[in-house]
Formats: sequence, C-alpha cells, structure tokens
Amino acid sequence: MSEDVNKPRGWRNDAIAKVTGRAKYCDDLKIHGMVHAVPVYGDEIHARILAVETEQAQSAPGVLAVLTAKDVVGSTRFGQIFRDHRMLADDKIRYNGDVIAIVVAETRAQAVTASSLVRLEAVPLRPILDLEDALADDSILIHEDHVHEGRHCNITNHHKVRRGDARAELARCDFVLDEVFETRQVEHSYMEPESALCVPRPDGVMEVYGSMQHPFSTRKFVAAILGTALTDVEVRSVSVGGGFGGKDDTAAIVCARAALAARIVGRAVKITYDREWSIRESYKRHPYKMHYRMGIKDGRIHAVEVRIVADAGAYCSVTPWVTLRSTVQCCGPYDVAHVHCDMYGVYTNNGFTGAMRGFGSPQVNFAVEQLVEMAALRLEISSVEFRKRNMLRQGSTTITGQVLSEHTVSLGQVFEETLNKIDYERKYARCSHGRPEEGSDELYGIGMALSYRGMSLGAEGMDFNSAIINMQFDGSILLEVAIHENGQGAESALILIAARELGVRKERIRYRQPSTSNIPDGGTTVASRGTIMGGGATVIAARRLKRILAGVLCGKLGCEPEEVRFFNDRVYGKTDDVFLDYEQAGREMCLEQEYPYAFGAFKAPRVSWDEATGQGNAYFTWVYGCQAVELTVNTKTGKVKLQNMVAAHEVGKAINREMLLGQFYGGMAMGAGFVLFEDLNVREGRIVSRNLNTYRIPRATDLPDMQGIIIENEDPLSPSKAKGVGEPTNELMAPAIANAIGNATGKRYFKTPIRIEGVL
Amino acid sequence: MITTTINGRSHVLPESALRQSLLSYLREDLDLTGAKYGCGVGACGACSILVDKTVVKSCRQTGLYIVGKNVLTIEGMARPGGELHPLQKAFVDHGAIQCGFCTPAMVLTAHALLLKNSNPTRDEIRKAISANLCRCTGYQQIVDAIQSAAEHYR
Repeated sequence: MSEDVNKPRGWRNDAIAKVTGRAKYCDDLKIHGMVHAVPVYGDEIHARILAVETEQAQSAPGVLAVLTAKDVVGSTRFGQIFRDHRMLADDKIRYNGDVIAIVVAETRAQAVTASSLVRLEAVPLRPILDLEDALADDSILIHEDHVHEGRHCNITNHHKVRRGDARAELARCDFVLDEVFETRQVEHSYMEPESALCVPRPDGVMEVYGSMQHPFSTRKFVAAILGTALTDVEVRSVSVGGGFGGKDDTAAIVCARAALAARIVGRAVKITYDREWSIRESYKRHPYKMHYRMGIKDGRIHAVEVRIVADAGAYCSVTPWVTLRSTVQCCGPYDVAHVHCDMYGVYTNNGFTGAMRGFGSPQVNFAVEQLVEMAALRLEISSVEFRKRNMLRQGSTTITGQVLSEHTVSLGQVFEETLNKIDYERKYARCSHGRPEEGSDELYGIGMALSYRGMSLGAEGMDFNSAIINMQFDGSILLEVAIHENGQGAESALILIAARELGVRKERIRYRQPSTSNIPDGGTTVASRGTIMGGGATVIAARRLKRILAGVLCGKLGCEPEEVRFFNDRVYGKTDDVFLDYEQAGREMCLEQEYPYAFGAFKAPRVSWDEATGQGNAYFTWVYGCQAVELTVNTKTGKVKLQNMVAAHEVGKAINREMLLGQFYGGMAMGAGFVLFEDLNVREGRIVSRNLNTYRIPRATDLPDMQGIIIENEDPLSPSKAKGVGEPTNELMAPAIANAIGNATGKRYFKTPIRIEGVL
Repeated sequence: MITTTINGRSHVLPESALRQSLLSYLREDLDLTGAKYGCGVGACGACSILVDKTVVKSCRQTGLYIVGKNVLTIEGMARPGGELHPLQKAFVDHGAIQCGFCTPAMVLTAHALLLKNSNPTRDEIRKAISANLCRCTGYQQIVDAIQSAAEHYR
C-alpha cells in the first residue's frame, strides 16, 4: 500500500511555499538592526597591490566600516584544496573579480554610494591569459608561492592515464583522427544571485544564512576568516534559488565576508549581490583546450593520446577534482586498449573556475562524441554500429582498469531506448549533410551522444553522509540529512526514501532543514550525490529505527523483535490483525522510556587511484546515459532550431518521477545553452557580458518539447538502490547537438558555443 | 492622497515610493517578497507582477507606475483561506517547480496569458513566458502546467 501512496505525481515538500511566494530565500530575510555590506572591486586583471585607500569611503554618510584584508581577524586566504583564495585581496589582484574591500553601511544604497570612493593603488603586471603562456617554463607566476612537483609554476595539478602503449600503437592504426577542441567559460546563471545574512549571536556563535549549496564548506570559510572553531559558526538552511555547482566557493566567501563585517560592527549584516557582481566575481565552468589523437584499427578505437589543459583561472578552487573526472572519462564509454592522457590544470588571470554541473565531463564528451562520429564517417559505417562495436559492456574494463561487474552496465539499454524513441536510424537517412532540399533554406540533422559517469565523489575525496531520524512520542517523524536542498528536490526524495523504508505515509515525515551544529558534516551537495549518499544514510537510519522500535514494541505485539513488520503506516506483529499505529507506538516508547531516535551513516564503498599511472577503481558505481536531438540549420542565417530532444538515463531506482524528469529537462536545456548560446565574451580577462540581457541562457522559445526515458536497474551498492541524475543529464546535449549540426551542415565545429558563420 | 490597490486591498502610497524602485518598495517596504531580484535590467522576469492584468517588470518601474491601478502579486493569487489557485495547483502537480525563484513571476505571467487566451497552444505558452528565465526546469513542466490549467479560465 505505501508504495502507491508514496508515488505521487509532482509532489515536493516545498512546492506550496514556493508557488505561493511564501518560501524565504536569503534576501527575503530581515533581522532587527540589520545593516548592509557590498563588495568593492579593483579594476585590474593582474596587479601588485600597494594600498587600498578607504578613508574617504569611511566618512561617507551611513558608513559603519570599510574592511580590507588588513581587518581580517583570522585568515583571508582559504580554499577547498589549496588555501590560495583571497577572500579579500591582500598581495595582488589576480582576476577582474577580486574584491579589495567591503563597505558596511546602514542602508545598501549608502554602501553602494560609498564603495565608489574606495581607491586601489596598484602596479599592473602582465596578465597571463593564454594557457600555453601560463604553462611556459619562464611564465610570470600567478601565485609566487605555489609549488607543483617541486618547482614554482602555474600548474595546479597534472593527472595521467597510462594504459598500454598509446604512442607506439597509434603508428599501427589504420588512421588517426588528430583534432583540437575548445570550450569556453560557462556561467551557472542560478536565478538567485548570492546573498548572505550573518547574525552575531549573544552566545558568541556567528549564525549564518546564505544562498549556498554547501553549508559545511561555508562553515569552514567563515571559521577561517573569523579565526574561530567550527563550533563557533552555525550555518542554517534557507530556500536556495539554484546552484548547479556554482554556490560553493563564491557563496561561502560572500557569507565569510558578511560574517567578518558582522563580527566587526557587532550587528547583523546582509550582503546581497547585484547580478553584475555575481557574474563578475563568481566562478565558472573551466574552459578546456583538448588535443585528441584517436587511432582506429580494424574498425575499433585502438589507441587514444590526449593532452588537455583546463583554465583554472586565478584560484585553484576544485580544479584538481574537476580534472580528475575528465581524466577518468577522457575516452567516453568505450573500451580502449591503449590510452595516454595528460590533463593539466593551470592558473591564469581569466576569471576563476570551479564546480559546474557535469564537473569536467561536458568538455571531454563534447570532443569524444564528435570524434566517434567522425571515425564512423571515415569508416563509412553508421555511428550506431561503430558505438556498438566499441562500447563498454557488463564485465568490461575501463581505461583506468576498473572492471564493471558490481552493478548493471546499462549502456546498451540507454542507447537502444533513445534510438528507438527518436527513430534514429530512419531519420538519419534524411540528414542534409550540407545539401538542403530543393527550394528550402533549412538543413536537417539528427545527432546523439552517449556517456558513462562515475557516481558521487569517487577518488576525488572523502565520501560519507549522515541522517537523523527522530520519531516523536505522538508518532510523527523528523528527518534530517546532511544534504542540502538547492532546488533540485533533495528533501522530497529523502522523505520518500525514508517513508518507503519505514512503511509510513510521507505526510508523517517532516524534513528538518539541517543545521551544521546539529548533524555531522556530510560533505558537499555536489557530484549528483544527494540521492545516493543522503538516501543511503537515510535508509541506514531507518533500518536502525525499525530495530529500536521492534526491540521495544515486540512485547506489545506478542512476537519476537525480528518478527515485527513495518508497512501500511503501522507496526505489525506476526499476523495482520495484530498492530500498533504510529501514535500508539510513540506512546509505548515513551512509557518504556526508550527514544525512537536513530542516526545513520553511509560510507561510500572503497575506491582506489594511482596518480602515477592513472589506474584504479575511480568510482564505486556508474550511471549511463544517452541523448539525441533533431534540429534544422538555416542556410542563410546559420540559426539553429531545435526540434526534438530525447534522453534516456539509468538511475538505479526512481524515487520521485516528476522531479527526476525535471532534472532531465533542465539538464538537456542547460546543455543546449552551453553549445549554442552561452558566451561571457571575455576580452583580455574582463567579462563583457555581465548580465542576463547579454549572457543568453535558453528561453522557453529556444527549446522544443523533450522526452525523458527513465531506466531502472537497482544498484546493489546503494542502500536506497537509487543513483544520481543531476549531472549526467547535463553532459550529453552539447555533443548531441554538435553531431546533429555536423549531419545537417556536413561541417564540424570544434569550439563552444558553436557559431555557424556565413551562408552555408 | 495617492492610492493604489494591491491584491484587492486599497493602499496609500507614501511620497517616497513614487521615486523608489517598485520592486524594492514591494519587497522592502511591504514585505511582499514573492517578487524577486534576478538581474535589475528587466532581462530575467523574476520581478514580474501584474498591473491591471498586464505583466510588468517591477525592477524597471517606480511606485509612480501603480498609482490608481490594480496590482496583483503572487501573495494575492491563492483563494481567500489559502486554497491554491488552479494555476498554482497545476504547477505543483506537474512538477513545474524546482528552486522556485522564478516561480511567482512565472505563475503571474501565465495568469496574464490565460486571462486573455484560455486555450493557448504550446507555442503560444512558450512565447508568453519567453521573457521569464528559468535555469532549473527546461520549461517543459511549466508549459505542461499552464496548458492543463487553461480549462479553469474557460
């Protein structure tokens, strides 16, 4: 019974709050006595700071304080991997979004006015904007104290894959595709710009509300700038207006600056960003330059040599982790015997880059899935046949030596379902290949792309999560999980997982938005890990709660503890006529003075990684996806019109179908934006397109109706049987569109966003 | 006395509101925080409200714009007693809500469309909401919701 009840259409716990406008986002909050702060930028790209003059600004009306790096109580330098990020610039300006001061004033307008009075005195340095310049042995250093493999240089990290002997084997191939692909920075464009509200509590704790996707990371940044213990900071959740990977570092830093201001002026401080500040300062998806040499022998991908350089920009952020995923997935979901991959992250003065939905896969997929298509064309076979020959199957070994045997390898399944749904092979015959039909200006093309993706963090980092289920004595249940609701529907999914495991109605469960002072650090809500990791912890906590309840209630139910059953929103004994409802169960627990309270922790199964050879079981489980698209290209204007988009993704087990499909559609749309529209127009290190009128994300009229196919193969390594879907949906549409444009125009486009110049 | 009607109730506008950004007046002075700041240049539509049943980007106007007019914000959409308007219900049922930041303005924009055209095609719906940006949903379930709610306007 509970199965059906808990499979509603379109349910989420915060839907009514959001559709009525009652949901409170950070900037919607007010605190008595609250004041405002704004950032001040230095209009340089690369410069040595001599002085930040604040006197004039300090005497402006309403101004309470103007804070620079000198006022930082703890450390202005912090970061998730390297402590290189200047929350307030101290020694140098490293990119055009570096903040030199914050102005705190009674009103936001006063703070904005005063901010123009802050003066930066600096000596300009030569900006390093080109990746090869940054890599040169004699390059100017962005971070003079940074050391990589024993020498001072701009390289943040170097990942490798060494499998077989790719260099030698390329010479033995029938042909080698030798191509360079480039992708640009992408702005997350969460609809809610960054906002933070910090309240200095009488007990000495700094209470933090913020538009962030990682309360635990935020707590670390705040504690660093204040120089306090983690217990002296409590980060509370509010509704967040989207993240897509983008509300980690920058959002945490905005919170940290507000906390510093609150500590110094002794009042609650709010910082809410203008969109221009957000686009100027926040990190972006890494631009990649990818040089692939793919060797084909006997109709198979025999060897791949690839050198990739990722532009980390001014600060490292999570570049080593982003590029690790690109390294592991650099050959797509194919069986390749010989691989030689060198992947570098490098510092430049171009913005700064970090996590964005996909996390290093959208870039490599853009290259690999086009190369596969080009190989098939050269072989004069269909790309469907070519992919079938080369794709990973149950028991296959990945390029890092991982045997795919502990879950269902559903690559073939997502592939077939997508092709059937869009009717690929029949429609492929209609492709224009550069020749429009008589009297038409439209070229037609269909294209697809295929991928596999390691779940959660894998070899990137520590991967564990926790859940608290706190049943009350009236039978109602509080659920708290160390996973953050960014808008994706995490809370609803976790409620449904708990309800299913406990056999209760979902209405019995209230989600308690986590506080960093209550639940243990569960890591960041990134890497599509909310459902798999948070859901895993929830299932483990629910099982523990059932054991606690069974141990106490078995007496009342006249059976052994192991005979107690949980379904139908009740607790049953051996037979269906002996039961307690939850209200009775709660009362009994109280009378027995036993707490129906359970803590659950899920630790990801062990992964392995050898940095020297790039071999190991990089991720404990994998998901598989395929997307396809039909489009037309106008021969006169070069305009691309999307006509139909289909996606099939394997998700382990579907928890909340409407929300799951929402992830599909949103991811596909964002992938289309990446490849067709989105361009920040970075000129000499300055972002020209600084607002949503010039940075163009997909509109409703840019997109066709889409179709999503959910493939379920329960994953034995996931306690909830579910896996993640947020990122896989965003890593395939770009190459699918590039392939469709290729099939329409007969031309290849190697850079994002694709610009179809002139008359075709 | 300068008056306006907001969500069905008559309201006296202070002199200062006439020069203030309408979005800021609604949010900061009246605590009607359903209208959101997303860009400040009228590009994202998150601040949209209805003035005399027409979509207005409140970040681009001052309080002067609503003098003597009828304003509807998201806070005025639900029926008295809190029952959701059928259009709001459709958004919930179709999974058209993710982060929710664009949702209030999206609902109001759809409401304005359906008041004028109670039987729109999917293309007409897409056109009507094309000035409202959403980064989460890919718009599909929003279009579904608006289409299914249309019958309540006939």
